Amino acid sequence: MAEVTPFTPIASTIGGAIIGLAAVLLMLFNGRIAGISGILARLFPPYAGSDMAGAAAFIAGLILAPICYSIASGAPVAQTVSSNMVLMAVAGLLVGFGTVYGGGCTSGHGVCGLARLSRRSLVATVVFMVAGFATVFIVRHLIAD
Amino acid sequence: MLRVTISFIAGLLFGLGLVIGGMANPAKVQNFLDVFGTFDPSLAFVMGGALVVTFFGYRFAFRHPSPLSGEPFHLPTATELEPRLIIGPALFGVGWGLSGFCPGPAITSLSLMATGTLVFVAAMLAGIGLARFTLQKHAPKRLEARGGKV
Repeated sequence: MAEVTPFTPIASTIGGAIIGLAAVLLMLFNGRIAGISGILARLFPPYAGSDMAGAAAFIAGLILAPICYSIASGAPVAQTVSSNMVLMAVAGLLVGFGTVYGGGCTSGHGVCGLARLSRRSLVATVVFMVAGFATVFIVRHLIAD
Repeated sequence: MLRVTISFIAGLLFGLGLVIGGMANPAKVQNFLDVFGTFDPSLAFVMGGALVVTFFGYRFAFRHPSPLSGEPFHLPTATELEPRLIIGPALFGVGWGLSGFCPGPAITSLSLMATGTLVFVAAMLAGIGLARFTLQKHAPKRLEARGGKV
């Protein structure tokens, strides 16, 4: 049976607003889309005009965030990650290839692209949402039951 | 220097937003995708909050002739709908549903050191490298047009 997680509308709206603030800062100062898959892809060649130092600094900030959160709040960051390594490897490959091949992920298409009213991002967001819902339905309700 | 500092601060804020919003927990993300089971709509509130702030904040940013660091705006120029926009997100959505991870939360979770996260991120980086290679072979103009950014 899947683990139940509490519905957190207030914390999640605040968290989302902070993500939005990060996206706006990056656009206002650096003129860059805060799309994580795009930023990760900039760590790979070709590097021409890709601002690799900025990409690396953004990733460093992302990684340090849970540590800063724990120091400030005094509470650890709770998470449940699957220990099925084959599943995680397959999922990682699909997420890495799919996001870069499709030009964006939840942040690049789902937040920044939709905020720019991009038709391409709307299509991409609907497709990955539907694929996500369908996958969880199949895994949890068709295979597991 | 300003550019790199802003990038770091934006990354840190982005990660804090993910943690505060509960998105660093793959179980919470998978429960959003499980409408017919242990449904948890929190992810919609994270996306909603982020979208509202970004929608209005971008309008403010685009009122400036160029970004404050002096760099040009690096915005996607493609407008046509193409098969890549279905194939990529479809593969991504399957991996997202299987793991509960998309790229941001996976990278943010690295410092929490779960073995599953380390395996996921290693495979994700391999997938990104593979996609870059594929795009360079089949759509090199797209990479050049965007200044090397996919």
